[in-house]
Amino acid sequence: MKPKHKRFIVFLISMGCIGCALWLVLQAFSSNLVYFKTPSQLLHENTLKLSDIRMGGMVVAHSILFTQKEKMPCVQFQVTDGQAAIKVHYFGIVPDLFREGQSVIAIGHLDQNKIFIANEILAKHDETYMPKDVADALRKSGKWDPKYGPPPDPKTWNHILKP
Amino acid sequence: MALHPTLKHGTIFLNLKPFQIRKIHLISEILSPELGHYLLALSCCLAGIQFIVPLVGCKAKQASLMMLASPLAYAQGIALSLSFACLITASVTNDFSVLSVYQNSASNKPLLYKISGIWGNHEGSIFLWCYLLALFNSLLALSAQPIPLKLKSRALAIMGGCSAGFTLFCLLTSNPFLRLWPAPLQGQGMNPLLQDPGLALHPPLLYMGYVGFAIPFAFTVAGLLDNTIDLAWAQFVKPWVTIAWACLTCGIALGSWWSYYILGWGGYWFWDPVENASLLPWLTGTALIHALYAYTRTESLKLWTLLLSISTFSLSLSGTFLVRSGLLNSVHAFTSDPTRGVFILALLACISGSALLLYAWRAPTLAQETGVNPLSKEGSLIFNNILLCTIASIVLTGTLYPPFLQLLTNQSISVGKPFFEQTTVPFVLISLFFMAVGPRLPFKKTNSQHLLNILSIPAMLCLLIFLTSWFCLHQFLPALTLGLCMWVIIHTILNYAKKISFLQKSFQESWRQFFRLPYSVHASLIAHTGMVVTVLGITGMAFATHTIVEIPLGDTVPLAGYEWTLSSVQTVKGPNFVALKAAIKIAHKGKVVTWLFPSRKYFPEQNQIVTHVSIETNFIRDLYAALGSSKETLDKQHPLYILRLHYNPLAPWIWIGGLIMAFGGIITLWPSTKTKFKNDCL
Repeated sequence: MKPKHKRFIVFLISMGCIGCALWLVLQAFSSNLVYFKTPSQLLHENTLKLSDIRMGGMVVAHSILFTQKEKMPCVQFQVTDGQAAIKVHYFGIVPDLFREGQSVIAIGHLDQNKIFIANEILAKHDETYMPKDVADALRKSGKWDPKYGPPPDPKTWNHILKP
Repeated sequence: MALHPTLKHGTIFLNLKPFQIRKIHLISEILSPELGHYLLALSCCLAGIQFIVPLVGCKAKQASLMMLASPLAYAQGIALSLSFACLITASVTNDFSVLSVYQNSASNKPLLYKISGIWGNHEGSIFLWCYLLALFNSLLALSAQPIPLKLKSRALAIMGGCSAGFTLFCLLTSNPFLRLWPAPLQGQGMNPLLQDPGLALHPPLLYMGYVGFAIPFAFTVAGLLDNTIDLAWAQFVKPWVTIAWACLTCGIALGSWWSYYILGWGGYWFWDPVENASLLPWLTGTALIHALYAYTRTESLKLWTLLLSISTFSLSLSGTFLVRSGLLNSVHAFTSDPTRGVFILALLACISGSALLLYAWRAPTLAQETGVNPLSKEGSLIFNNILLCTIASIVLTGTLYPPFLQLLTNQSISVGKPFFEQTTVPFVLISLFFMAVGPRLPFKKTNSQHLLNILSIPAMLCLLIFLTSWFCLHQFLPALTLGLCMWVIIHTILNYAKKISFLQKSFQESWRQFFRLPYSVHASLIAHTGMVVTVLGITGMAFATHTIVEIPLGDTVPLAGYEWTLSSVQTVKGPNFVALKAAIKIAHKGKVVTWLFPSRKYFPEQNQIVTHVSIETNFIRDLYAALGSSKETLDKQHPLYILRLHYNPLAPWIWIGGLIMAFGGIITLWPSTKTKFKNDCL
């Protein structure tokens, strides 16, 4: 084989690999992307067909209820972005930093009764930290702008929410 | 981990005699934060001089100027070591007038975490980065490698340039020595999640990996400036690449282990942007090791090696710094500051951009290489490089896609575990297949009949293993992985057998031949075995089972053939926390196997709870228990406790495999009697 041919083979192999990778990536992108939604977006848009949604917001104060189904612990609470609140059901152990008035991200889907069934609850490592998604959502909803100081005290969140 | 009592509790001052206390005060007066600050600025200037003077010397052909590089590197290393000692002193003696100490420490924090807490925050971690860069800088100056003066001084100059940039970044935007006035009496304390021995070691190891790739980068740029990239150059670079790669491997393994036992839900890899950022240089670094090997043996892949070396360091840089700048949204991200982001981007553009420009300019003038026979060892090394770089580009795409989409369309999405698993697993499996074949091929060319002869019997054996395990496990992917792992192991054994002429010579002769094998042979076989062990561990974890239960005291839960009984729950007081500790009895067919003691620690200072899982391992499986949040129950007599119980088969193999891989790399550094470059390691 001439060097030219050898180089051509290497070129073909790498193109093949890159092509496969591209195909796999596109395939995975079309099925595995998880969209971030706020509670108000979830209520107004038709998102029933989305299987995985990341919903972010603040846990409404005094809304957490611990229950149990067949020895499995179940946590029920509400998440708000200041515009609307959504009920969340989660089977499992909530993270250590999960508490009322704290920002939280729930991953799961919305069922027929407008209840968000979460497979996973994320609370950040740092209690003063607000997830970027949540901060953006709050800013969009006009509840808080970082230009005017720190976010409102989480304890007042159930008052901000209009009934 | 067993700790010395003074390390465990913050009681260092309690048992000291007055003169000892006076001594400590004297030390803290000498090693003041001001001195540290000054030394940091000094080392920045030294690094700047180290960047300019040797380059000028090379241009003007002045040996005296070129020789200045080494002393400057030592001076910088000493200055930053002292500066680091100042910061440690400030932290250990609870000097809360230093802002970074105030924000991340408290007087009742255990001593070990007062020291490790230094790199648990943004300022400190950048400082550690600069310090390690300076250390590697001095090590390069110290090394006994017979490097030509011109190349060495140029490489040191490039190191100095990087060092100057990052020390300046540390000084201007994230200075750990900033003072706070009036000084508060007590610090804010450290995030309890980070108060863990594993995390004390994880960042330095990981950073040593990142920073270590600066040396191959410096050599590459120096070689390009010099326009001499030859076999000697590759011999100088090789040990440094290996050191950096081994550190990075250990760092990643340690980080993964940490998240396994601290985060309390049995996961070991989350495809979080920060984890991906450490994986990317590891992938390209692994490719670099293989490319260097191909280059030193056959002089092929020269330009590719150079490009890999530049991109590996660029990825290390962007990994550490883009994450710290807050561009990538992650659990690891510290609070972000836009000025830092701009500074980092400018620095990155300077370092990587100029290196790539230089490469583009010089690459055509370097000798063109001959083609490579695909059916040969170098051919398989090329294929390995293609595969590793493909995986790296997939991971890069998945990591960068969300922030770019956010920038372009303002739509926030996240790319998670399913994406990465679906895209990378096929390539990992293909790599496993070729990982076995590659080392068995000879250099230059192969007789395809001979190849068929070596491969056919193991292939049939592995096909059999695959089919039986598929039949037994009823799962395709784990069975396929098992078959491929066996494929690699069989070839490793056959390779050894052939190399030591097993059964052809007497046993003693073979045994002696085993020790006379070059280290590079052992290295590749051991590292590949390590990879197999890790892959087997990951495969085993696919069969992990877990359950979450809410039970009263004395109740028993069955899981994976074991009976888990919650025996008691107690309250325990620690130096800066109050813990709730459960005792779980685990029995198998009525016989007690072990006890697990998971706990939940409440840190009143930060008003934070941290779960401490309890793990029992016999290296075949892990029994893993975590205590969940207890809540107020109406029935005070019979409270309910939430438990998360896991049965994780082969879990420890994931990290043991990482250590084996790193060990495989490290043994090549051992001075070999056979190699020409006797002192080419440290």
